[in-house]
Amino acid sequence: MKLIILNDYDQASEWAAKYIRNKILQFSPGPNKYFTLGLPTGSTPLGCYKKLIEYYKNGDLSFQYVKTFNMDEYVGLPRDHPESYHSFMWNNFFKHIDIKAENTHILDGNTADLQAECDSFEKKITAAGGIQLFVGGIGPDGHIAFNEPGSSLVSRTRVKTLAKDTIMANARFFDGDLSKVPTMALTVGVGTVMDAKEVMILITGAHKAFALYKAIEEGVNHMWTVSAFQQHPQTIFVCDEDATLELRVKTVKYFKGMMHVHNKLVESPPSEPKKN
Amino acid sequence: MPSNKSVSDAPITQFINCRILRDNELQREDLWVREGRILDPEKLFFDEQGYADKRVDCGGSIIAPGFIDVQINGGYGIDFSQASEDVSDGVSFVAKKILEHGVTSFCPTLVTSPPEVYHKVLPQVKVHDGGPHGAGVLGFHLEGPFISAEKKGAHPEKYLRTFKSGGLEHLMEVYGSLDDVAIVTLAPELPGSQSVVRELSQRGITVSLGHSAADLSQAEEAVQQGASFITHLFNAMLPFHHRDPGIVGLLTSDRIPAGRVVYYGMIADGIHTNPAALRIAHRAHPSGLVLVTDAITAMGLPPGRHTLGQQVIEIQGLHAYVAGTKTLSGSIATMDMCVRHFKQVSGCSVQEALEAASLHPAQLLGISPKKGKLDYGSDAGQSRLHLYFCLPAVRAAVVPPLCPQRFLGC
Repeated sequence: MKLIILNDYDQASEWAAKYIRNKILQFSPGPNKYFTLGLPTGSTPLGCYKKLIEYYKNGDLSFQYVKTFNMDEYVGLPRDHPESYHSFMWNNFFKHIDIKAENTHILDGNTADLQAECDSFEKKITAAGGIQLFVGGIGPDGHIAFNEPGSSLVSRTRVKTLAKDTIMANARFFDGDLSKVPTMALTVGVGTVMDAKEVMILITGAHKAFALYKAIEEGVNHMWTVSAFQQHPQTIFVCDEDATLELRVKTVKYFKGMMHVHNKLVESPPSEPKKN
Repeated sequence: MPSNKSVSDAPITQFINCRILRDNELQREDLWVREGRILDPEKLFFDEQGYADKRVDCGGSIIAPGFIDVQINGGYGIDFSQASEDVSDGVSFVAKKILEHGVTSFCPTLVTSPPEVYHKVLPQVKVHDGGPHGAGVLGFHLEGPFISAEKKGAHPEKYLRTFKSGGLEHLMEVYGSLDDVAIVTLAPELPGSQSVVRELSQRGITVSLGHSAADLSQAEEAVQQGASFITHLFNAMLPFHHRDPGIVGLLTSDRIPAGRVVYYGMIADGIHTNPAALRIAHRAHPSGLVLVTDAITAMGLPPGRHTLGQQVIEIQGLHAYVAGTKTLSGSIATMDMCVRHFKQVSGCSVQEALEAASLHPAQLLGISPKKGKLDYGSDAGQSRLHLYFCLPAVRAAVVPPLCPQRFLGC
């Protein structure tokens, strides 16, 4: 694992965005070679999305040959509801960049056969050649996507009933009214994310600190599903100071000491003629 | 990248780098239009996987719904109350010219006239949508002849009428037809008005109170029967009195039926209404304010003397006088001037000023879901969507979806 510790939310967002930018540029996507990106929703990645949009607007990055797969979507929420994950992705990312609609994939929580939708999503990922980089967040209860505590660590895309903690955490997006929050969601499984070539988890804020501690300093445990990535060969955790508050001083010092090495990963690429 | 044509073959235009008046605020958003309708770009993206065929850069301008003028008597030498053979040409001519002021829909207004005039003029013009050729006609505004002799203003006294028994039938005899009529202004104190107001309202015609000496309770009674508008507030009605506010009192009356709003026309040309009076009305009832021009034939003509019908008018700046006198002969303000003036003297926001000329008249006429707003599904075509106007720090753009850009400078 690489643990990247930045001073604050904005720096963490920028580091993550630069990392994604560099990965895409190094891959050199083209019409026959798409870069596949797994994407999260929520407040944590907003800063990262803003930065990626900035890189697109500056002409440094194009999403023309990028395919995206979102982690999850609520069940039963109308697609154009302002809190649906479709709306989130449109308003916070897709509408500002040059990605083609047919290259975006978000689970449809309004189909008649939810499990068939999940199976088809898995097939689409396989058809796209698997995911190069899966970006995710972590819930206060240590979940990745909607893989709530107790989810199988080898699970695949499926329907999940949301935990009370998650519903309460999401209530702020529904006027604080618990009754308005959807109780079920479609989500990629832990196993689905583990299949990605590389996984990057964004964790910011003191309220996520305990989950980060459980995820990286304790054992692999299905009660803290993000811990599964201890067994992935290429995982990066990008966090701010506040998120490290529950970690051992030794852990934090070790990884901070590595920043000069890790920062090489986000250096601006050598200038070259702009593609597209 | 072109749309994938799964829903429609029509090209999609995306207006970028603009501010849109939507949901009562100016939002920094792109506007997407296809075949004269405003699109929801999110639906377009996910459902149709579609994109814009053409992008128009608005340079930071505001895109606002087109203005709706519900009281305009003519302009550019054309008088709508003239019983000529080519009324519809005259209406079309004015319709094209007022596009330049940002007006995309209007109600040609006829002042008090004899039945022959109504019978000749009304059938010649139908309600129709506008386009690049000119603003759309929403229906006639018949201001009179059922008005008060005491408050006739410039209307010819010999053609004033009262309601005979048989209310609406008598009205039909006078007007001939109500098919393409959007608004009727009448004086509610005239005996027999109640049933007329009720029947007109039930037919979907907006009833407006004006040129009237009614007291507040007569006015409230008319509102309860369905009246919903006041013709040029303050003008041609009893002045506000603290023990009987008259028609002006409707702005703050507590006897308006629940869920209904009384709108009021305001000529904000700086001449017909003192700015202090304009502010009082605006502060008392901001959501009911509807900007109107009440423009006469002389509007749009250059300064100097003009012979219009039986009158000689002299235009000096923003004033139109009966030649050789200082008697005002009517308003020659254009709608964009009124919007600008209103914003300046009331201190309201840009969006409030724009809404007073677009959203409020659309709500008044009951066409608000389709016009007067830039919501998804609204009409966006040349006649209905426009943009515009110029405030000191804001440039205006008239950007018809399918026509080249034009800018109105400050």
